[in-house]
Amino acid sequence: MTFSFNAVLPPLIGGVLIGLSAAWFLWANGRLAGVSGILWRLLFSKPSDAGWRALFLAGVVGGAAFYYRLFSGMPVARETFPVWLLIVSGLLVGYGTSLGRGCTSGHGVCGLGRLSLRSLIATLIFLLTAIVTTFVVRHLIGIR
Amino acid sequence: MKRSLASLLAGLIFGFGLALSGMTHPEKVLAFLDMAGNWDASLLFVLGGAVGVTVVTFRFILRRNTPLLADKFFMTDEFRIDRPLILGASLFGIGWGISGYCPGPAIALIAAPNWELWAFLPAMIVGAYAQKYVEQRALGNQSQRLTVSDDSQQSCG
Repeated sequence: MTFSFNAVLPPLIGGVLIGLSAAWFLWANGRLAGVSGILWRLLFSKPSDAGWRALFLAGVVGGAAFYYRLFSGMPVARETFPVWLLIVSGLLVGYGTSLGRGCTSGHGVCGLGRLSLRSLIATLIFLLTAIVTTFVVRHLIGIR
Repeated sequence: MKRSLASLLAGLIFGFGLALSGMTHPEKVLAFLDMAGNWDASLLFVLGGAVGVTVVTFRFILRRNTPLLADKFFMTDEFRIDRPLILGASLFGIGWGISGYCPGPAIALIAAPNWELWAFLPAMIVGAYAQKYVEQRALGNQSQRLTVSDDSQQSCG
């Protein structure tokens, strides 16, 4: 296990910003900042409120673009990671967040924020299954 | 207009926070999930920092009768721990654990895409579309059509 103060500051500040964003969004617009829900409703539901959904998502892209412009450090693709696994992973993440009504931001950041037992259960389940899956993929199958 | 700007501002802070936090680096995410390897616990502070803020602020925000710029708070009163929740969260976790991508970072990375994203992101959209398709068909097969209002159906994610 690696641990140092400097390694912890960016995640902590980043997390606080994500929390402040979710708080602002709820305070101003009365909405929960769950990325998958906002995205799936924008793509697959009646577009009566498409505007704010599209703007929120555009903001997510813009905020990340601004960060990379200031500090660089863009992620580099893993050369040996199989494409088919990325596709399988994408299908599961899309299907699962749509069926389970939320992802890391919706159930994790917002759901836990409003002390929802439903979201707590969902968060524990996806954290646990992700940890087990990572173990299987990395250590049992040996793909990195 | 004000609501649109508020959405954009929320997204901007969210995306900046995601990039700063390290969540947009799938290898870092996997190093966090891989407790059997050289465990990188730093991403615990992302969830900790974010939930720390929301737990405290949401209490005060939800005491208001209405939000600043809207007539009401839009959120589900769904509380059931049901099969779709458990199955959905499990499938999501498996997918997340395979690649290290979850939906927020996948969207944020449109700002800095490499080929991985162009494999993951379209597949993610197809996966969600498939779920909606299956759900619509199941609903259509029921003799009584359920009438679920747009916003109560979605939990929060």
